[in-house]
Amino acid sequence: MRRLDVLVCSGTACVSSGSTEVKESLARALADSDLSSEVRILETGCMGPCELGPVMMVYPEGTFYVKVSPDDVQEIVQEHFLKGRPVRRLLWEGAAPALKEVPFFSRQHKLVLANCGFIDPERIEEYIARGGYEALARAVGELSPEEVISEVDASGLRGRGGAGFPTGKKWALMRKAQGSPRYIVCNADEGDPGAFMDRAVLEGDPHAIIEGMAIAAYAVGAERGYVYVRAEYPLAISRLEEAVGQARRMGLLGDNILESDFSFDIELRMGAGAFVCGEETALIASIEGQRGEPRPRPPFPTESGLWGCPTMINNVETVACIRHIVAAGASKFAAVGTETSKGTKVFALAGQIRNTGLVEVPMGISLRELVMEVGGGVPEGRKLKAVQIGGPSGGCLPEELLDVPVDYESLGEHGAIMGSGGVIVLDDTACMVNVARFFLEFTADESCGKCVPCRVGTTTMLDILNGIVSGRGTEADIPRLEELAETIKMGSLCGLGQTAPNPVLSTLRYFGDEYRAHIEDKACPAAVCPDLVYYTVLADLCRACDRCRQVCPTGAAQGTPGTSPYHIEDELCIRCGACVEACPFDAVAVRPGRKG
Amino acid sequence: MAGKLDILARHPRSEDRLLAILHDLQEASPDNALTKDDLTLVADHLGLPLSRVHDAVTFYSMFSLRPRGRHVIRVCDSPHCHLEGAWSVLEELKRRLGIGEGETTGDGMFTLELSSCLGVCGVAPVMMVDDEMVGKLTPDKLQQVIDRYREGQ
Repeated sequence: MRRLDVLVCSGTACVSSGSTEVKESLARALADSDLSSEVRILETGCMGPCELGPVMMVYPEGTFYVKVSPDDVQEIVQEHFLKGRPVRRLLWEGAAPALKEVPFFSRQHKLVLANCGFIDPERIEEYIARGGYEALARAVGELSPEEVISEVDASGLRGRGGAGFPTGKKWALMRKAQGSPRYIVCNADEGDPGAFMDRAVLEGDPHAIIEGMAIAAYAVGAERGYVYVRAEYPLAISRLEEAVGQARRMGLLGDNILESDFSFDIELRMGAGAFVCGEETALIASIEGQRGEPRPRPPFPTESGLWGCPTMINNVETVACIRHIVAAGASKFAAVGTETSKGTKVFALAGQIRNTGLVEVPMGISLRELVMEVGGGVPEGRKLKAVQIGGPSGGCLPEELLDVPVDYESLGEHGAIMGSGGVIVLDDTACMVNVARFFLEFTADESCGKCVPCRVGTTTMLDILNGIVSGRGTEADIPRLEELAETIKMGSLCGLGQTAPNPVLSTLRYFGDEYRAHIEDKACPAAVCPDLVYYTVLADLCRACDRCRQVCPTGAAQGTPGTSPYHIEDELCIRCGACVEACPFDAVAVRPGRKG
Repeated sequence: MAGKLDILARHPRSEDRLLAILHDLQEASPDNALTKDDLTLVADHLGLPLSRVHDAVTFYSMFSLRPRGRHVIRVCDSPHCHLEGAWSVLEELKRRLGIGEGETTGDGMFTLELSSCLGVCGVAPVMMVDDEMVGKLTPDKLQQVIDRYREGQ
């Protein structure tokens, strides 16, 4: 008789941490102890706290094990499965609270990620057992296409890809558009650095995408759908392919779905490494087999998309919301969130924060709750400086603004964006000029080059920032950056260019004195930019152990072992940091500015 | 050649198959790259001008017209991996393989490239070897992976 289910996370992150080996040794250990019939192993999608992987959950009681290695498995089987004593050292934060008491889990509201980590994504039966395809059955069987659209409209759902366009409105436009064939596309070209929620859904709950797309196709009268997945996600591609095959075999895709006269099928298309293809017109060009370059809108894809036919494009997370709206009704979805931003949003927490990984929270939660409670705050001894939200086109909000609610309008007002939901927490060791430079380097590199303001403007801004961080900044730089930012925003066709200056603008707005320190004082206040810092030995801490001299590649660290404190010859120092790492007494300090 | 024709035959003659065909041809190639002849074959198969195919191949960063190693290592170059030390991983990898970015080892085994975000930021720094994702990279782990791929051949 089966008494336990062990859910082993097999998302990409946990697989890369060794979850496959853990699962295999678990299977062997269970067989050795004659437990194979009592304990079932299931492979699921992402459970969220990727940094702690491999992770696994034991049901029915919900024991959550983290950082499990194959060597731990025997102990889990012997102690927990046979004697009923969970292995404490492998539990979340070493304690054994019920998961509902851990804010990382209790403050979340899972809708899009509801199945991720709970079902085996490769088995359609498990998806169906958790209410899967009920929404499609309801749509096709009970609702007219117009009723489905008005349901989606009433839910207040807005596009999760970044721009936040009302989904119901887009569907209504598509419904009205003339022409055939008609296409829908699920945009799974998740490219924002630091954002991986789409990958988690594709890998952990692929049928939610298929069901959402089928409902969309029914509502807008499309006969063919494409999922455009980036090639960097091979596991997502294979799980989705498998899921499409299963859905076809069960009559949930193909001709006369669920014995209705609605027919629809899905094909996968793979990208090939171009960030700009996440932009909808570039994505269309890419599916057509062309260079993925954006084109002017209007006409919008709903009027003229793939091969000039009506085409509707929705992001993965948006599509994943659909079945919940149709199954449970718009009002239930709309009850979560704020006046203008309904439902939940998945965020990818990263940077200097205790709980990194994927979390799903109600819209309108404050940044403080998101970062401090769900994310557990910055590690001990560090001080939060800024939260970078919205990916490379997003903005950096300072600590004072942590009470801003996370919704489309509030973030926009303060110079950030929802974007795809990447959140990077920066502590006092981060140089904001350097952070802005880093993101601009990304957009300058990924600019497809079609619009001159974006192609040349981002590179020129980057040159100016490179000058500032290397001590060549002048007073004219800040107004020039602002002017360029305006020009790029106005003169670019697509969202990439229109938002590329955001990281610079928001850091100028909130961390202007850091820019001025770099330019006027030739000092990097966070002591990050190598050209604007100097190294010095703290005489009272130095024990003249000679380690710094031994590792210094240029002979800048000087002194005689066992005698008076060492010193660093500034002319020779290349700011490599080797002495800082080598010093056992923390006696080498990096100071802002230039020596003397 | 026969292998290439088989690959083409698997794909309908529709231009939206272009990227998929190029991926398949490149994957089947022993040196992980496309040749001029491949491009001509694809152009003929899809009834497209050669310039159209060449245009697409040179736009997308994953396609290469230069021969590469049997395995392509892509080190994630995104902000989060940087914060977690991707830079020193890259330097270490260069040292151990004895090659720079975009170069191939003398034995034709590995090509080293940078990649945009690989989307597994929770286990940064990460790299991808062909289709395998390797996270939480350390110098020791790098060596294990290199050894494993070398032994596998």
